[in-house]
Amino acid sequence: MTTRAFGARVLRNEDPRLLAGQALFVDDVALPGMLHAAFLRSDYAHGRLNGVDLGAVRERPGVVAVYAAEDLGDYWRPGPLLVPPPPIARAVFHERTQVPLAKGKVRHVGEPIAVVVAESRYLAEDALADLYADVEPLPAVVDLAGALAAGAPRVHDDLESNLAAHVIQEKGDWEAARAAADRVIEREYLYDRGVAAAIENRGVVANWDARGDELTIWDTTQAPVVIRNGLAAMLGLSESQVRVIAPFIGGGFGPKIMMFYPEEVVIPWIAMRLGRPVKWIEDRRENFFATSHERGQIHRAKIAVTREGKILGVHDRFLHDTGAYAPYGLTVPINSQCTLLGPYDVPNYYSEFEAVFTNKPIVTPYRGAGRQHGVFVIERLLDAAARELGVDRVEIRRRNYLTPDQFPHDHEIIYQDFAPLTYDSGDYLPALEKAVERIGYRRFLAEEKPRLEAAGKRVGLGVVSYVEGTGIGPYEGARVTVEASGKVSVATGVGTQGQGHFTSFAQVVADQLGVEVADVRVTTGDTREFHWGCGTFASRGAVVAGNAIHAAGVAVRRKVLKLASEILEVAEDDLELGGGKVQVKGAPQSAIPLGELAARANPLRGAVEPGTEPGLESTQYFGPKAGSTASGVHAMIVEVDPETLTLEIKRYVVVHDCGRVINPMILDGQIQGGVAQGIGNAFYEQLHWSEDGQLMNASFMDYLLPTATDVPAIESDHVETPAPWNELGVKGAGEAGAIPVGALFAQALDDAFADVGLEIREIPLSPNRLFELVEEARAAISSEPP
Amino acid sequence: MTTRLPITVTVNGEARERAVEPRLLLSDFLRHELGLTGTHVGCEHGVCGACTVHVDGRAVRSCLLFAVQVHGREVATVESLATEARPETLHPLQQAFREAHALQCGFCTPGFLMSLLPFLAENPDPSEREIREALSGNLCRCTGYQNIVAAVRLAAVKLRETAP
Repeated sequence: MTTRAFGARVLRNEDPRLLAGQALFVDDVALPGMLHAAFLRSDYAHGRLNGVDLGAVRERPGVVAVYAAEDLGDYWRPGPLLVPPPPIARAVFHERTQVPLAKGKVRHVGEPIAVVVAESRYLAEDALADLYADVEPLPAVVDLAGALAAGAPRVHDDLESNLAAHVIQEKGDWEAARAAADRVIEREYLYDRGVAAAIENRGVVANWDARGDELTIWDTTQAPVVIRNGLAAMLGLSESQVRVIAPFIGGGFGPKIMMFYPEEVVIPWIAMRLGRPVKWIEDRRENFFATSHERGQIHRAKIAVTREGKILGVHDRFLHDTGAYAPYGLTVPINSQCTLLGPYDVPNYYSEFEAVFTNKPIVTPYRGAGRQHGVFVIERLLDAAARELGVDRVEIRRRNYLTPDQFPHDHEIIYQDFAPLTYDSGDYLPALEKAVERIGYRRFLAEEKPRLEAAGKRVGLGVVSYVEGTGIGPYEGARVTVEASGKVSVATGVGTQGQGHFTSFAQVVADQLGVEVADVRVTTGDTREFHWGCGTFASRGAVVAGNAIHAAGVAVRRKVLKLASEILEVAEDDLELGGGKVQVKGAPQSAIPLGELAARANPLRGAVEPGTEPGLESTQYFGPKAGSTASGVHAMIVEVDPETLTLEIKRYVVVHDCGRVINPMILDGQIQGGVAQGIGNAFYEQLHWSEDGQLMNASFMDYLLPTATDVPAIESDHVETPAPWNELGVKGAGEAGAIPVGALFAQALDDAFADVGLEIREIPLSPNRLFELVEEARAAISSEPP
Repeated sequence: MTTRLPITVTVNGEARERAVEPRLLLSDFLRHELGLTGTHVGCEHGVCGACTVHVDGRAVRSCLLFAVQVHGREVATVESLATEARPETLHPLQQAFREAHALQCGFCTPGFLMSLLPFLAENPDPSEREIREALSGNLCRCTGYQNIVAAVRLAAVKLRETAP
C-alpha cells in the first residue's frame, strides 16, 4: 500500500525549523531573571595555585556571585571515570579525572579556576579582570616524547611519573612471525592533535524551579541521560527531579560527550544556590582550551612480511597523549590499538601502549576517536612493504584482506566496548576493486601521471582501506506511540547533532506502521521524554537506537493488528497497514484510521484488561552483543603546486560499506562531512604549542578549518554487507569518512614525490611541512653514494 | 554602569528602538535584545560567518559590528526569509538547501543563507568556482560543502524561474 521509507532518499523533517532560524539551540534559551557566567581560566599550562583573590569582584555593579574551588565545599570532587579500563590482563591505569574548579594546581591552559555570575555576560567578563589567581608557574610537560623521561615535571604530584596507563595486547606469536619473515620493516610515525571545532561552542543553561521542585538543564551534550543521572547524584536530587534537554546541537563530533565538563557541574549548582536561571556559553577561544582535544600519538611499528607481501605479524609500541586528565579511560588508545588490524588478516600481533599525562587539554574521542591513528600505521607499513618488496600497493592489500569465509572474525584482543574485537561481517575486495576502477588506478599511473609530469605537474594517487568498529552497546531504548491524531511519536534517549535522526528514525517506524515519514515526530535528547540510554557516540545511533525504535515499531504494529482484527473480526494475517490506516487486504471500505484505533485502545469507559496496556504504544530496548564492523576504501588524486606545495584534490572516491542504508542522502552527507574533517586533519589543522604549553593558534584565523575551496566533491559508492547481529542489518557510518584520510594523503603525496623517495611519516601536514619533508628527502638522495 | 545610547533600527521591516551600550555587538543585540535567535554566533572574530546578516542589503558579520553602528539602517536576518517553518513556505534558497541536503546540524546554515542571497542576486547563474569562492567565507563543519554547492546551483535555477 505504501512505498518503503527505509532505504529511500527522504528529505529531512528537521530542516524547515533549522532553515527558518526557528530551531532551539542552547544559547537561544532565554528565561526571566537569567544570570550569566564567565570563567576565570588558567593562563599557565602548569602551576601551583596558591589562592584566588575574589575580594573586590563582588562589589562590582551587576555581579551577583563569584566562586572558587573552596566555595564549592563538599560539592567539589573530581569527575567520574566514564569508562573504566577494560578487562585486559596486567593493564596499568592511574585514574585522574578533571575537577570542577582548580584547587592547589593548574594543569593546562584554560583550566577553570573561578566563575563570576552577573546580570549580563558583558558584566561577568568585565569582572574577570578584577580576579587575581596567585599561580606560581611550574615547568610544563608539553612534549609527548619526553613526558616519561626521568626528571620530567609531573602533572600529578602524587604519581611517580606521568604514566597514565600501560596496556599490552597480544595475539599469536610476534617473535615467531618475525623469525619466519622474509622482511621486517620498522618505522616511527607521529600523529598529532586537533580540535573538533563544532561551529556551535558548548553551553549550559540551568534553571532551579523551587515550586516545581525540579531542575532543568539545557546542555550541548551528546548524552543527556548520562548527564541527568550524574548531576542528580552529585546534587543529591532524585533523577526524576532533573530534566536534561539537549535541544538542537550545532555539531558534536565527540567532544560534546566528554563528561562531565567543569561547567556542566558548576552551572546547575550555582542555579540552585542562587535560585535564578544561569547561562554559560563558551566562546571560541575557550573552546580551543576548555573543550576536549583528540590525537597525539607516537608509534614505533614493525611489520613482518613474506616476499610476496603477506603479513605474518605486526609489532607496535606507542605513546598516547591523554592530556592533563583521563576521564575516558583507555577508549582512544584502545581504538588505535584495535583498528590498526584493519581489514587485514594479521595472524600475529603485539601491541603495547603507554598513555601519558601532559599539561595540555584533556583528550577524549573526536570523530574517529583514535582509529585514524591505527589506520595510518598499518596503511603506512603496507605502503613501505609494497615499496621495499616491489609489490603493487593495491595488490599488497588484496593479498592481505580477510576473506568473506573468515567472518565472524575474532581478533583475540579486547575492544573499547570490553567485548572481544570481533568483526561481524565484511567483504573487502569488492569495495577495493570498485574504488580502483572508479579512480582509474592503472590508467592514471600508466598514462596520465607520466603525461602530467611531462607537462611539469606534480600529481599523486592514493588508495587506502579501513574498518571501523561501530554500533557498540550497551543499549538504547525507544518508545513509539500512535496518537489519537493518527500521528506517531517516537522518543529515544540519544542526542542528535545533525545526523538526521528526526528523519532516519522516522523512516524506520513509518514502514512498520504504514504512515508518512513527515507524520512521525521524533524526540531525542530530552530526559523527560525518555530517560534510559547512553548517548550518541561510536557511530552507534542508527544501529543501537535505530534497532530499538524498530523493535518498538514492530511491537506497536502487533498491537494495531490485534486490535483491528478484533474490531473487524478477521485474522491478523488478512490485514494491511498503509496510508495511516489499517484495513482488510484490498478492502478500503473496511479501513480504520490509526488515530481512531489509538483512541479505542485508550477508552474513557470500559476496562483495559489485566495483562494488557492502554494505547498503541511500546517501549523496547536493543543491546547488541557486539558492534558491527563498517569498512571502506578511499582513493584520491592530488595535484601539488611545485612552487608553493599547496594542494588541489582533483578527485576523491569513497566506496563504503555500512550494511543496509536507511537514507542514502543522509549517509552520503555523513561521509562527505567526515572526509572534509579528515582533510582538515591531514593538511590544514594543527595546534601549535609553545615550550611552556601555551596554545599559539587558538582562533579560527590561525587554526585553519577547510573551506569550500579546499574540499572537493566526493564521488561515493556503496557496497552492502548487512550486519548479521541486528535486525535492521545496519552498521554505523558517522565517523567513517574521517578515519583513513591521513593515510590517504600520505600515500598520494609519496606518489607525487616518488622521484625524491618521499615517505610521509606524520600527520598533520601543511604546505610548509611538506616543503621541509621534500627537501629532507632530496637531501637524503643526493647524499647517498652513487 | 556604562551609558546607553538610543538607537532606531529597522529589522526585518519593523522599526525597533532600544537604548544600548555602545559596546553591544550587533549579533548580541539581534539575539538577546530582539530575540531573533536565528542568527548564530560561532567565533565572534569574523571568520566563521554564522552570524551573517544584511545591513542595507549587504551581507555583513554581525559579530564585527556594534549595534550602535546600524542606527538608522535596515537590517535583515534569516527570520525574514520565511514566515513559517514549513517546507512549502520556505524561501527558494531554503528549499534548495533542504532538497540538496545542504545542512546537517544547521547551526552555520543561517549565515550561509544570508551570505548567498546577495551573491545570487548579483550572479544569477554562477559557475562552480564562483559558488565555492562565495562560500569560502563561511565555515561548515558538517557537510563538506559539496551539498551546499549543489543547493546553490539548485537555488539559482529556482530563483531564475521565479524571477519577474
